[in-house]
Amino acid sequence: MSEEAGRRPAEHSTQTIYERSVEGRRAFTPPADEVPQVAIEDLLPPEAIRRRPAELPEVSEPEIVRHFNGLSKKNFDLDTGFYPLGSCTMKHNPKLHERVAALPGHARLHPLQDPEYAQGALGLMYRLQVALGEIAGLPHVSLQPSAGSHGELAGLLLTHAYHEDRGEHRHKVLTPDTAHGTNPATVTMAGYEVVKVGTDEHGGVDIDDLRARADEDVACLMLTNPNTLGLFDRNIEEIAEIVHGVGATLYYDGANLNAVMGISRPGDMGFDIVHYNLHKSFTQPHGGGGPGAGPIAVSDRIEPYLPRPQVVRTGSEGNAGEARYGLEEDRPKSIGRMRGFQGNFGVFVRAYAYICSLGGEGLKEASETAVLNANYLRARLGEEDIARYLPIAFDRICMHEFVLSGSGARDELGIKTLDIAKRMLDHEVHPPTVYFPLLVEEALMIEPTETEPKERLDHFAEVVRSILREAEQDPEIARNAPYTTPVRRLDEAGAAKRPVVRQGMGENPGEPRRAATNPAGATGAV
Amino acid sequence: MTESYPEDLKYHAEHDWARIDGEEATFGVTWYAQDALGEVVFYDPPEVGSTVTRDKAYAEVESVKAVSDVFAPLSGEIMAVNESLAQSPESINSDPYGDGWLVRVKLTDTSEVESLLDAAAYRELL
Amino acid sequence: MRRRTGSCCEGRLLSHYTSATDADRAAMLAAIGVDSMEDLFAEIPEGVRLRRPLDLPPGMAEQEVFDHLSSLAARNRHADSEVTFLGAGMYDHYVPSLIDSILGRSEFLTPYTPYQPEISQGGLQVMFEFQTAISELTGLPVSNASVYEGPSAVAAAGYLAKQETGRSKLVVSRGLHPHSREALITHAAGYRMTVEEAGLTDEGATDMDALVGLVDDDTAAVFVQQPNFLGTVEDLGALGEAAKRTGALYVVAADPLPLGILSPPGELGADICVGEGQTLGNRLDFGGPSFGFFAADQRFLRRMPGRIAGETRDVDGRRGFVLTLQTREQHIRREKATHNICTAQALNALAGVIYLSWLGKRGLVELGELMARRTHYAREALGLEAINPGAVVREFAVRVPDLDELCVRARADGVNPGYRLRDTYPEYEDGLLVAITERRTKADIDRLAALVGSVREGAPA
Repeated sequence: MSEEAGRRPAEHSTQTIYERSVEGRRAFTPPADEVPQVAIEDLLPPEAIRRRPAELPEVSEPEIVRHFNGLSKKNFDLDTGFYPLGSCTMKHNPKLHERVAALPGHARLHPLQDPEYAQGALGLMYRLQVALGEIAGLPHVSLQPSAGSHGELAGLLLTHAYHEDRGEHRHKVLTPDTAHGTNPATVTMAGYEVVKVGTDEHGGVDIDDLRARADEDVACLMLTNPNTLGLFDRNIEEIAEIVHGVGATLYYDGANLNAVMGISRPGDMGFDIVHYNLHKSFTQPHGGGGPGAGPIAVSDRIEPYLPRPQVVRTGSEGNAGEARYGLEEDRPKSIGRMRGFQGNFGVFVRAYAYICSLGGEGLKEASETAVLNANYLRARLGEEDIARYLPIAFDRICMHEFVLSGSGARDELGIKTLDIAKRMLDHEVHPPTVYFPLLVEEALMIEPTETEPKERLDHFAEVVRSILREAEQDPEIARNAPYTTPVRRLDEAGAAKRPVVRQGMGENPGEPRRAATNPAGATGAV
Repeated sequence: MTESYPEDLKYHAEHDWARIDGEEATFGVTWYAQDALGEVVFYDPPEVGSTVTRDKAYAEVESVKAVSDVFAPLSGEIMAVNESLAQSPESINSDPYGDGWLVRVKLTDTSEVESLLDAAAYRELL
Repeated sequence: MRRRTGSCCEGRLLSHYTSATDADRAAMLAAIGVDSMEDLFAEIPEGVRLRRPLDLPPGMAEQEVFDHLSSLAARNRHADSEVTFLGAGMYDHYVPSLIDSILGRSEFLTPYTPYQPEISQGGLQVMFEFQTAISELTGLPVSNASVYEGPSAVAAAGYLAKQETGRSKLVVSRGLHPHSREALITHAAGYRMTVEEAGLTDEGATDMDALVGLVDDDTAAVFVQQPNFLGTVEDLGALGEAAKRTGALYVVAADPLPLGILSPPGELGADICVGEGQTLGNRLDFGGPSFGFFAADQRFLRRMPGRIAGETRDVDGRRGFVLTLQTREQHIRREKATHNICTAQALNALAGVIYLSWLGKRGLVELGELMARRTHYAREALGLEAINPGAVVREFAVRVPDLDELCVRARADGVNPGYRLRDTYPEYEDGLLVAITERRTKADIDRLAALVGSVREGAPA
């Protein structure tokens, strides 16, 4: 590509910010520097000084803004349209939350500020702990884990500490075969061996199989309830009894908590440890894949092992009896820190704002509406001309999500679940989670959340219907979809065979520095 | 290539083949296995000199969204691995019985060969 | 049946960010084929139903929530309401306006992980650009799309080392952030590994002899920090040679911002470079969310934790980006995954790559030099005994004879003098860690120096 053509700010440009770089351009103006202008060579030993500057781009502010705005336009997002991504709870992100998170008292607060001068933040965290504890029915909450997966790891480390403290050396953790991949991955990271438990004909834990596998070597059963099929396990009380009967802990993966807030509490079901995905049930903007937070709540017997430090109420002060809060470091049985500082505070602010807005009744109604929406969409997609191609995996009332199988479409129309998902992109709806859970062939896992009005659910059902009608006529259309997106199907196999994970890597895989940028300015797409 | 199961090979029920040459053998995966896996993007070979045990996994092959263990049809010591698959793992798809071979093995017990299936018996399994 | 255009809650109407009216609800229940909402929850055994309202305060209107949270925020003394020299892992850097503007776009704020690459090219390209920038800064050829934050990134490096070497010991420098050391110990309990610590010299640098004494054939990895917790610029090359003698991996935890002027860890032998990304365009946020970064040598590409974006082509030959090498990850490899992490810190990493683009190739160096000059100026100006008298670039530790008094006077004067070392480093009972950023002007530094001077004059000889 000629230099001239490369400079053209094309629609759908795929230029990277590095390819927009032109020597000498800049956005940053250094602040005035009044201290003595000593040469860096006089301040640092020669071997410590970087010899070549990092090849960051040289771009003016307006062009940086245009670059990232241009990129943003290639993303589909929740504020734009329907996003029924199963197991991810893509609910509306109230705009208020961004405003309160950005208040300088929150956003500009240093994590090591003396607790005396951070009473508002610690008080907010304490209130959130209390609220989350009430929602889960477990009294002791640590906000520290950074994400659901991190909360899971904390949960198993707590289990390990609990058993070791009792002189018990257990080495197995049970996970249902419907579990999220994070569960078995966490089990290994926590030093345990995974033992799978089967699913019964109702989609719940196979009680006989559980009984057979539960023994004194088992440290924990990790369970999601409702499970990844969107079904509430009717045998939960019996499951808890079996697990506790062998001295193991029962762990609640809170990925699906959005179904049961104010309706049923994990603590009342017999769970010892729960993690919450604040980015799911408590409305964090998903940010294109983070940040989130994965606080945990535990029962009394697990409490001594909670991560350090713990936000505690330290008493009252003054005539008004205003509460005081502190960070408790002296926790001798604690598993220790899971991360730096006090957790993802910005996430806590948003979650707390959400709980304040809704209150207890509102949270319950959010869950009720999520379940109503899921069942309504299940009913719409259960209409004969759709269900013959996309039968529901377990045909019963679901909770906040449900799973269809694309086996009928595959066998009768010759299109796979992937093709249906890709064709949805042309209809400007986000496809459901596909090919999970593994138990269901050609799975489509659909979670509409309480956010969606009836007409959007109806629209989605019509989109599915139209894709199937179209495929009856010509399956090639779905097989080659999408057509209207910024790019079409991408060569993922090629990307995995010869990975190019940074600029210039294709030319020079082992060398960290990318190929020199064109000193004359922007180059074309490399 | 189209589905085929050459008569001169021996087969293991986990969809592996062995080409026996006296006390040595070459292993690979069958047409059925590569078809089930989809486009292979990576092959993680064992180390030369390591031992493999019949019915046990000795290597991994990956597609974009799956990882599969490859099982040894026979026991022995790895003499060579197919280095060219690092650059072109797709040979496992395009030529599973030829360029897509995985390892060459010095067999420890040639009598194990009797436990393997012939092409007709393997086809029966599918 | 309840009113639904705003439900009844303590006699008030609240929106709950939902849409279903009474009429909607009735129509939907009919379509489902049930009579009431209660029927939808019939699967839940009575014994585990919550038959009372959650014990939470009633819901509030938006303006009430805003007022409540504002009043809480007002009780925090933040970095605009005092002159702060507090650092110790997170720093008061200026976050340029364009970051707020770009991060506020719903197309970046509200999508999830790019599972459908055709409608996620923006986010995927950002990841690719981020990975490139991290590779540039660290001097290591592969980077992931970010992990949770700094100390857990250190712990993730420990897990990689375990999987790579099969060994059972991790050796850390006492110069590694106390939170990183502690998070590593916490996680290592799960890895069934032990963690041993090499102390610091009298000059506040990692003690080479102590390190050499700890590294043996069972050592999976050695961890040092650049600059270390006290601010000392470590001799990474020499430490790396000592670390790698027995085949252990050499892990450097780095603050990415000073890497504009400091030699990239990858060029000094680091196998892995991780760190806390807050300094790259992220807010303080009382400790999070920010992002962690994870860069490594090419040979660890398939052992990396977390998401990685890669470049490819679409069926029409157009350039595009996808999540790649996913067979490493938990959703595919499950119990054999390289890590259990599910997503990244995409939004925070976006702030990072915008920030680095804004600073640019020259700005990163200029900012680094400016910080280094001010840091040396400040150390001179305070005129106190240095705990780490060697090279520093953004932070330094000093002994303050009457530290309690200084803290009291400074706080009264609207100055936060820095981080007191006594809690995490009892050996520096009178130690103060002073952080300098581009926001701390010469006048600010002189003000702190004057406070130090006034305490000294007032103190008994």
